[in-house]
Amino acid sequence: MISELKTAGFSELALDNGETLHDVEVAYETYGALNERKSNAILIAHAFTGDAHAAGADDEGKPGWWVSMVGPGKAFDTDRYFVICSNVLGGCRGTTGPSSPDPATGKPYGMSFPVITIGDMVRLQQKLVQSLGITRLMAVAGGSMGGMQALEWAVSFPGAVYACIPIATTGRHTAQQIAFNEVGRQAIVADPDFQDGSYYDTKPPARGLAVARMVGHITYMSDASMREKFGRRLRGREEFSYGFGVDFEVESYLRYRGSQFVGRFDANSYLYITKAMDYFDLAAGFPSLGASLERAKCRFLVISFTSDWLYPSYQSLEIANALRSRNHDVTYCELTSTYGHDAFLVDVAEQTGIVRGFLARCERELEDAK
Amino acid sequence: MKVHDVLGRRDYALISRLIPSNSRVLDLGCGDGALLAFLQDTKGVDARGIEMNPELVQAAIARGVSVYQGDLEDSLREYPDGAFDYVLLSQTVQETRRPLRVLTEMLRIGSHAIVAFPNFGHWGMRFSHLTSGRAPRTRLFPHAWYASPNIHFLTVLDFEDLAREQDWVVENRLFLSGTRRITRLPNLRAEIAVYSLKRK
Repeated sequence: MISELKTAGFSELALDNGETLHDVEVAYETYGALNERKSNAILIAHAFTGDAHAAGADDEGKPGWWVSMVGPGKAFDTDRYFVICSNVLGGCRGTTGPSSPDPATGKPYGMSFPVITIGDMVRLQQKLVQSLGITRLMAVAGGSMGGMQALEWAVSFPGAVYACIPIATTGRHTAQQIAFNEVGRQAIVADPDFQDGSYYDTKPPARGLAVARMVGHITYMSDASMREKFGRRLRGREEFSYGFGVDFEVESYLRYRGSQFVGRFDANSYLYITKAMDYFDLAAGFPSLGASLERAKCRFLVISFTSDWLYPSYQSLEIANALRSRNHDVTYCELTSTYGHDAFLVDVAEQTGIVRGFLARCERELEDAK
Repeated sequence: MKVHDVLGRRDYALISRLIPSNSRVLDLGCGDGALLAFLQDTKGVDARGIEMNPELVQAAIARGVSVYQGDLEDSLREYPDGAFDYVLLSQTVQETRRPLRVLTEMLRIGSHAIVAFPNFGHWGMRFSHLTSGRAPRTRLFPHAWYASPNIHFLTVLDFEDLAREQDWVVENRLFLSGTRRITRLPNLRAEIAVYSLKRK
């Protein structure tokens, strides 16, 4: 399956902070075919550093970030469903973000880009979905920050979502989650190359961004998965170096991941998107999470993983229980995995079975309601 | 051994008879969701379940049933009053830590409660206990005392007493010996009792 990156443009987007963005572009990919009734569309929302390339292989042969879940015969079966994935607002993979040219000046926005929210990201996605002629999505699904977007869809556009699949996510960022993001941001800002975000003509804050990514990677794994993957193994040596080069396998891995990340991600996007996650609180302005979720009209499939300590199961349970308190139709399941937060990306055998069953049920209900 | 194992699909038909079409049903300890799927298909009910065992939860979701993974004793309080028309508890009441609280909660969140339980007053139990001098073991209670999930034993008469004390209305009572329905001397002859209750 070859995937093709497409772009849609919108003249303006009103933001939660009161500002309006002009000439907004959205990069997206689609897989499968929209049926005649336009009732089989599924929007996949990507996690923090993901992009629109969820499935298939791009022109360089690179597989999508959720290729194990999206494709012919997969959980999100592209033989049955029309799957859409778009790069988020504030991103750096084709959708308007801080590295895009400001139409007013012709130069990259940098730090003059407005601070955005998960709600803003979702409103832009809604414009895209609408432009594709789809009035109601059969499902919105995503893990981590993708799950936040899925939840936001359910409450912001209740008439436009039939089912919501938030995975390994939360209804609000906690102090610990904000704290890890802040460490990443400070690593970037402390890099002398950062220059208040105006580094596009010089060189990016590569060291700061790499350190931010290293911290991130630790939070995506688990104690058990790191022990299994690296243990205390040394990298290319039999004895300690008694220095501060790379001794351990895990050091080598993190450094590699950090430096690799710099080539594909923009430091300003890192700042803006992490801030959007930190601001996310589904219950804001409501007496409780349940009162907020009361707005939703869809059925839910909430999934968490036993070893995920970045978005622990209790946060998914809060969502499921808030939904039950309003008598919403919610399926909740905690899957066993040692892979930590990354489980939704890499440990997909059981996830596949339940997503497939859940979607088949939604499809059946929509068919019956015809 | 569960009611399902003894009765096969006959208990589905039995429970199904007590539940009107298109009602909202919650099955506590729903296992792999077979009963709920059956009710969904044959009666068009809005079917939900609670199950603790992750493998069974996954099996239920895979067959298209809405299930919440959790311990049923800790999982009822979130539901608003009257959320369901029928709340089912099949062959589990004797395994709960606080059966009265579970039953009371069932009647808070549901207009009706359907409870099926193995009758500890069955003559086989009495006989086993009397002749062996040990904790009784029969086909419905096959476990050694230390391996049994059953922690609260009750008979048909015990349940009748409780219903009277709690002022519950018994809408229906069905008694089974094997797969056969019986009417006479249920406390002595019934292996399984099925009660349909509502609040007064």
